[in-house]
Amino acid sequence: MTAYIIRRLLLGVIILLLVTLLVFLAMRLLPGDPLMIFVSQFQTESFTPEQIEELRREFGLDRSLPMQYINWLGDILRGDMGKSIIMGQDVGYLISTRLPVTVYFGVMSFVVSAFLGVIFGVICALRRGKWLDSVVTVLANIGITVPAFWIGILLMYLFSLTLHWLPTSGYVAPTENLAQSLRAAIMPVICLSLFSVAALTRQTRSAMLEVVSQDYIRTAWAKGLRERVIVLRHTIKNAMIPVITILGLQVGLIFGGSVLIETVFNIPGMGRLLANSLFSHDYQIVQAGTLVIAVVVVLSNLIVDISYGWFDPRIRYG
Amino acid sequence: MSVLLDVKNLRTHFHTHRGLVKAVDGVSFHINEKEIVGLVGESGCGKSVSMLSVMQLIAIPPGKIVSGSAMFDGHDLLKYKPKGDEMRAIRGAKIAMIFQEPMTSLNPVLTIARQVTETLELHLKMDTQTARKRAVELLKLVGIPEAESRLDNYPHQFSGGMRQRVMIAIALSCNPKILIADEPTTAVDVTTQAQLLELMQEMVNRFNTSLVIVTHNLGVVARYADRIYVMYAGRIVESGLSEDIFLRPLHPYTIGLLKSVPQLGQTKSDRELVPISGLPPNLIDMPQNCAFLPRCSYHKERCRLEPWPELHAVGAQHYVSCYVDTRETS
Ligand SMILES: Nc1ncnc2c1ncn2[C@@H]1O[C@H](COP(=O)(O)OP(=O)(O)OP(=O)(O)O)[C@@H](O)[C@H]1O
Ligand SMILES: [Mg+2]
Repeated sequence: MTAYIIRRLLLGVIILLLVTLLVFLAMRLLPGDPLMIFVSQFQTESFTPEQIEELRREFGLDRSLPMQYINWLGDILRGDMGKSIIMGQDVGYLISTRLPVTVYFGVMSFVVSAFLGVIFGVICALRRGKWLDSVVTVLANIGITVPAFWIGILLMYLFSLTLHWLPTSGYVAPTENLAQSLRAAIMPVICLSLFSVAALTRQTRSAMLEVVSQDYIRTAWAKGLRERVIVLRHTIKNAMIPVITILGLQVGLIFGGSVLIETVFNIPGMGRLLANSLFSHDYQIVQAGTLVIAVVVVLSNLIVDISYGWFDPRIRYG
Repeated sequence: MSVLLDVKNLRTHFHTHRGLVKAVDGVSFHINEKEIVGLVGESGCGKSVSMLSVMQLIAIPPGKIVSGSAMFDGHDLLKYKPKGDEMRAIRGAKIAMIFQEPMTSLNPVLTIARQVTETLELHLKMDTQTARKRAVELLKLVGIPEAESRLDNYPHQFSGGMRQRVMIAIALSCNPKILIADEPTTAVDVTTQAQLLELMQEMVNRFNTSLVIVTHNLGVVARYADRIYVMYAGRIVESGLSEDIFLRPLHPYTIGLLKSVPQLGQTKSDRELVPISGLPPNLIDMPQNCAFLPRCSYHKERCRLEPWPELHAVGAQHYVSCYVDTRETS
């Protein structure tokens, strides 16, 4: 088990290196120069070419690409994420203020998805072919295909602009005012978890139906057990094994979704920070931000893989 | 000898996209106290469906028990709701079942302990500790070595034969009146098969349980069964005491079955083994007349014209459904 975790962590490091390299290259390949964007912010002052070259040296952008990457990596290993080109602030500080916001929404969305997805899937399977199953299955198919930001805009129009039930946007820290914070979180969490709930519902439903037709379920019936016991004790645990895989994928998807949803709902999280930085070519923020997200995804996938063992005793980590 | 279970005119049909499958079509049989009954027939003739129907374990849909009764303890089991309390009080407690696939009949994610104790807790109202103790005793009884330490193992840590022993332990845990073993030994090797059958025989003697062995292996039935039902295409075509069936078989299908397997004390050179020619019929759109007709070498004009004959008595406990007296022909 320990050997397995160590091996997985080493693999994770390789994945992280590849991710940073890819992001680094992608940023440099994008047309546009962050310094030009920076300079164009100031209408009153104009910069001389010499001053721009000076800035370029300051951010190390005058060096060759391999040198830039190696320097950046070295800084990261020393815990220094660099300075934002556009905002001039320390990237580590920026991320440390934005990440908790995204994690707050992300964790809520993940829990909501796992909970609702599994419950809907189980109910559908138990009511297979009945109207409830048909309705939920259709909704799940819609949930998978509909773009989340579009739902977000619709919800905002309905619940905020028309009915005035919920705030259109913004973020209130849970430590500041929990009720307000949760109210403001309702719509973003719906959007972030929509796809995941739908995907998990479908996966749970089909896994349950698969398990229900197994011989050991017939054995359970032949023992005279109650239907409730057969579902809770004999069926769900088996059905969870394939569902866990899908659940693991949701972490990355929810983080990815936050880029869009935080922009739509004007939430000061990592997602919006990344989106803005991407537009302004703020190399340092994009590189460090994607690295942080990749670390979270790699670690959560490891946790998911380890949790398989809890559901399936046949699994040997080796 | 009193009758424990009396099944009359059982019909179980399946609605499939290819048509109506009359898997069991008018089957009657009974099980006496403390007897071993064999139910034999080729694959797909409806043996499992007959047994599952009595326990109301048929999937509805596609299946449906169309008619029949199954009297047990003065009640018709088929009148009970499939998931109701009355039916559940029978299953596992009064009538227990062992299935043909030992590798898949136990739940892979639950410990052996959990799977043995749940019937004890449910039907005998034992508390967890008592049930665990009893589980160890049961596992020892069916020959699981180091039962205590293996109690918390999972099924994948057991061999096929061992799992089937666990299944036997579970089935006998509540001291049932009837144990139905649906091809309990099909998936294990010959040695294990013999051990399991010996074990079952010993166990039903000890627990005073009646045993139904469902199989297509006539050798198994010959060795263990007191009475035999021969099934073909959803019906019983012949029934009788073991010696009736083996020494005085009357139905052409029974005769064919016996010719296709080596008899006790016979070597291969004594007699050529002849498999029954042709295939069992498709159970969809069955003709009115005898379903064995196309494969029968004894058939007469009457067989073609008249419907499938009813079972009629030819001895004290010997019944056959055939128009032809095969004794005259041979
Ligand atoms: N769930 C089902 N849906 C449709 N048809 C079924 C179903 N279960 C059984 N049948 C049909 O009923 C018939 C009898 O099946 P059954 O399982 O009773 O045969 P069997 O005599 O036990 O055969 P085997 O020796 O292979 O176990 C088969 O033709 C089968 O196709
Ligand atoms: Mg069968």
